Amino acid sequence: FAGLADVSISEDIPVEGEITVPVGSRSPDEDYSTLDEPVRDTIMRDLKAVGKKFVHVMYPKKSSALLRDWDLWGPLVLCVSLALMLQGGSADSKDDGGPQFAEVFVIIWFGAVVITLNSKLLGGTISFFQSLCVLGYCVLPLTVAMLVCRLVLLAGSGTISFIIRLIVVVAMFGWSTLASTAFLADSQPPNRKALVVYPIFLFYFVISWMILTFTPQ
Amino acid sequence: MAAPGELRFQEFEAAAELLSATPDATTPRAGEQRPGHAAVDVEPEDAEPPGDDSDRTELLGGQRQPRSFWTFEYYQAFFDVDTQQVLERIKGSVTPLPGKNFVRHRLRNNPDLYGPFWICATLVFALAVSGNLSHLTEKRTSPAYRYSPHFHTVTIAATLIYCYAWLVPLALWGFLRWRQSRGAGAYTFLETVCVYGYSLSAYVPAAVLWLIPAAWLQWLLLAVAALLSASVLALTFWPLVRADGRATALAVVAAVVSLHALLAVGCKLYFYQQPPSAGPAPSPPHTTPGAEGLRSRVPQLPGVNVSLPGTHPAR
Repeated sequence: FAGLADVSISEDIPVEGEITVPVGSRSPDEDYSTLDEPVRDTIMRDLKAVGKKFVHVMYPKKSSALLRDWDLWGPLVLCVSLALMLQGGSADSKDDGGPQFAEVFVIIWFGAVVITLNSKLLGGTISFFQSLCVLGYCVLPLTVAMLVCRLVLLAGSGTISFIIRLIVVVAMFGWSTLASTAFLADSQPPNRKALVVYPIFLFYFVISWMILTFTPQ
Repeated sequence: MAAPGELRFQEFEAAAELLSATPDATTPRAGEQRPGHAAVDVEPEDAEPPGDDSDRTELLGGQRQPRSFWTFEYYQAFFDVDTQQVLERIKGSVTPLPGKNFVRHRLRNNPDLYGPFWICATLVFALAVSGNLSHLTEKRTSPAYRYSPHFHTVTIAATLIYCYAWLVPLALWGFLRWRQSRGAGAYTFLETVCVYGYSLSAYVPAAVLWLIPAAWLQWLLLAVAALLSASVLALTFWPLVRADGRATALAVVAAVVSLHALLAVGCKLYFYQQPPSAGPAPSPPHTTPGAEGLRSRVPQLPGVNVSLPGTHPAR
């Protein structure tokens, strides 16, 4: 309510001015209302934030930007695109095929929630949504791997394509795990780091498995 | 007979004498092990749990203290383990030592839920993934086979393993509590779940190694894993039921061991493609259309090779 301090009320001068409400920690230096700006600016600001986090994931340094300004747009976009790309798998019957959209969605979100609960129960100092944000964003390398796999599968599905896909998926799986460990490991008690990293490893392993075993119709 | 003042003075002196005689006398806490009493610890500790148990069951039942049950800190107490402790417990669950009871020796009144939960999760995915991979060997015998991920096996494996890891300890704990009036001891529910969860860790490497398509090796692995973890379970529960009478004790231990082995055999037969020379047909989820499907539907006796037109039996 810093803006209110400047408003002075006197009887003969009409009261004018803007009452500003702090938007939150995400924009501490904004002291103007964002209602009047063009829609393009609003959207671009969020897109830039998401894009900056993507860059952080691809080049993981121990910066706290990902943790401080968490958002769940990125994870949602990644999860939906991964689940969509995993559709269209071969199926003789509904039972024999790959995971359905709902299964992928539930695995990613439920898995992220369980891992977050696990790290909080073990004494981690990270907040619930920060952890969800990091785990969701670190799915990006695996989404890239899925894209590459689908492209490779367009060319053919023999042994060579399998080897290429295997190498790509393993590399991206390692990248995801290392990226999320880089962001999350600092907030854990030192003698329990392995206990926290192992479920993350398992989580990305399962996603990698789903990507690797994808066979097109 | 003495004057009241003199009596008070005498009492004080007697108490001071007692105190000086045993300067480091402390009130024993539940679960504390005094040096020099290790061999005798089983009995006094077994006598202590009723107080301990009711304390924990109060919290666990949530009936009398609903406030503590719903807070986050209540659950944090079940995750109070370090990496080293978890590794020690896993090692302890596959090494049956006759003198060492898993609950008393490893858990030491600090059961955790981390081990059971994540070992079960690992086992579920190990079974699903390597079971799926084992079907790839079918490609060698019938080139028309088309690989499919069979993702629903994850759901089935999860249901099976988590039910086993939670319902069987619940039944066993309930049974032991019921028999407690006849002299049998009991662990807390959490300790029972913990023992069962850690004992499943022996099946994880077995699940991965069952990929090797040699029937004798698979059965050997199964026997070794089941034997090790079942004997740890037996050694853990034997001291409890021993006091109840020989017949009951043997029945309980036999039930525990056979359920454990049954789980292993069931998982092996259900999730994995049997090696061609073994014989028994895999069950419904592995059916594929065409001649390959016919072979899987024909009931086979162990050791007998059934040859169908169009397929080549592996000899």
